[in-house]
Amino acid sequence: MTVATDTTTRSEEEFRVTRSRRNVAWTGAGALAVVVVLAFFPYIVYSGTTTIMVQAFIVLTLASMWNLLAGYAGLVSVGHQAFVGLGAYFVLILAIHGTSPFAALPVAAIGCGVAALPLWWLVSRLRSGYFAIATWVLAATVMLVIEKFSSIGGGTGMPLPGLSGFSPTLLTADTYWAGLAVTVIALAGIYLLLRGRLGLVLTAIRDDETAARSSGARVGLARLLVFVVTGAGCGAAGALLAISQLQVQPGAVFSVQWTAEMAFATIIGGLGTIEGPIIGTAVYMVLQQTLAAYNAWYLIILGLVAIAVALFARRGLWGLVDEHLNVRLFPVGYWLRATGAPGRKNGK
Amino acid sequence: MAWVNAIIQGVLTGGLYALFACGLSLMFGVMNVVNLAHGDLAVVAGYVAIGIIAVTHVPVLASFLIVVPVMALLGYVLQRTILQGALDRSVLTTLLVTFGLSVVIENGLLQFFTANSRAIGTGLSLVTGSFKLGSQIQIGYLLVVIFATAVVVLLGLQYFLSRSRYGRLIRAVADDKEAAQLSGVDYRHVFGIAAALAFGTVALAGVAYGMYSQLQPTTGTDTILLFAFAAVVIGGLGSLWGTLLGGVVLGVAQQIGAQINISDEVLAGYIVFLAVLVLRPQGLTTRRAQS
Repeated sequence: MTVATDTTTRSEEEFRVTRSRRNVAWTGAGALAVVVVLAFFPYIVYSGTTTIMVQAFIVLTLASMWNLLAGYAGLVSVGHQAFVGLGAYFVLILAIHGTSPFAALPVAAIGCGVAALPLWWLVSRLRSGYFAIATWVLAATVMLVIEKFSSIGGGTGMPLPGLSGFSPTLLTADTYWAGLAVTVIALAGIYLLLRGRLGLVLTAIRDDETAARSSGARVGLARLLVFVVTGAGCGAAGALLAISQLQVQPGAVFSVQWTAEMAFATIIGGLGTIEGPIIGTAVYMVLQQTLAAYNAWYLIILGLVAIAVALFARRGLWGLVDEHLNVRLFPVGYWLRATGAPGRKNGK
Repeated sequence: MAWVNAIIQGVLTGGLYALFACGLSLMFGVMNVVNLAHGDLAVVAGYVAIGIIAVTHVPVLASFLIVVPVMALLGYVLQRTILQGALDRSVLTTLLVTFGLSVVIENGLLQFFTANSRAIGTGLSLVTGSFKLGSQIQIGYLLVVIFATAVVVLLGLQYFLSRSRYGRLIRAVADDKEAAQLSGVDYRHVFGIAAALAFGTVALAGVAYGMYSQLQPTTGTDTILLFAFAAVVIGGLGSLWGTLLGGVVLGVAQQIGAQINISDEVLAGYIVFLAVLVLRPQGLTTRRAQS
């Protein structure tokens, strides 16, 4: 107790608590510059490149959502393909009724967020491994229910209407911008959420759930919020998938492969850091593009690398960078810094 | 009469599902590992059996004598290496690692053996034969044999856990591994034994499913793992005999669903699973056996 009091009195004179060692404004300016450059891509690169970029946006959005779930809230879901599929189907249903697929995208995201509420209610009582398989069963159930409606293609799916008015060039560019917007909103949203009250509650739960509960942290509510946000995010990615593929097939959009990709990208990049999924997505895209001719090999190699990383380098590639350079592009933790002395990390 | 038939078929397939589920339940009960690669390992066992039968021309039933020990050995080795390594880190790591294994195994099978479905022992009279009860009910010999096998396996597991020396060690380690360690038990070795037992049942399940239906690379997750899990939840987490009850309830629900609409077989099973999850999350049997 005396030590704690001591620190408190000293902190006013000698310690400063900051988010980051470096000025965050520079990172912010850098991020903005990257987004602006990316926004001009359709004017300067071939459409083949933007198509690949759209795929990267989808994986990055999914991985960031899964990272929020597993890395920050400790909820290992193997069923988030349910939201990818639902997002795609929301776009399909709205497009059949005459809405532009691009206008349907935000509606699909919100729809998936709403759909996450009853699904959460079903699985919220389960923990760790049982939560993982229960979400998987849930995703399989959602697919079986969707397949019962023949008006939206039944078990075989159908092409996405409402995009025939676009010229191919414009469609590719619009899809790209939609993808960029989804990714930027997803990353910025997660960053702001984690810097706010939710981030504090999640960190408290991760360190000691019982202590967090007894200090009045609303653990259930925090997890519900994370589940809903990630549902909406994966829904947006699913909507983007439908627009970029121009068709919706239940077996493809509800495939567990989506969860495999988001999980592997996150684990390889670094679970529990916002930067991790970005690095992981880059690794994913490089492997996938290089091994494109060899079917499922990229997934096998990614899986093996992810297993190795989970066992031997738990904080992933970004963890290795952070360990040596102490860099945070998206600072969501706190630094305890003694004036005059080198800074010391607090918490993580 | 069609309904009676559906219920009888459902009860018998429940035996198969119990065979899927008991290994999953055992590993969770003893070492707190939910093995997401459970189903894919069963498919591997099925493929190994197919390979052994094709190469050595042993009788189909004799293939069990090879596949079960091989898988049990694999279970011991996997537990002592990768799974123990993951367990030493965190429960979350065991999930990430077993999920990784699941995806790697499934895509590996897809890569080497294509997506074609394969069956075991299609020429066997045991597999194709059936007998009639009255005029409308036809029961396959195979399902009866599988059900009986499941009961024997569960009896054997129960006997082993409650009477044998290793069974006592497994229960001790499951209760409190540090205390067991202090009494001179190497809990890692005991975990390995438990994993070997679980993988033995997994091998039985995989080969039995290959004879009952057909194996594909995706069968491991979309059928075996998910059905096993549904059976475990319906029966009650951690209860060995609960897996048989859960399997039977799941099987009956599926057959009744198929009776209403042939395409609703799987969905009906999941609806019962979700109903149990909501109404009775502790499962139908509340007795906690081995955890």
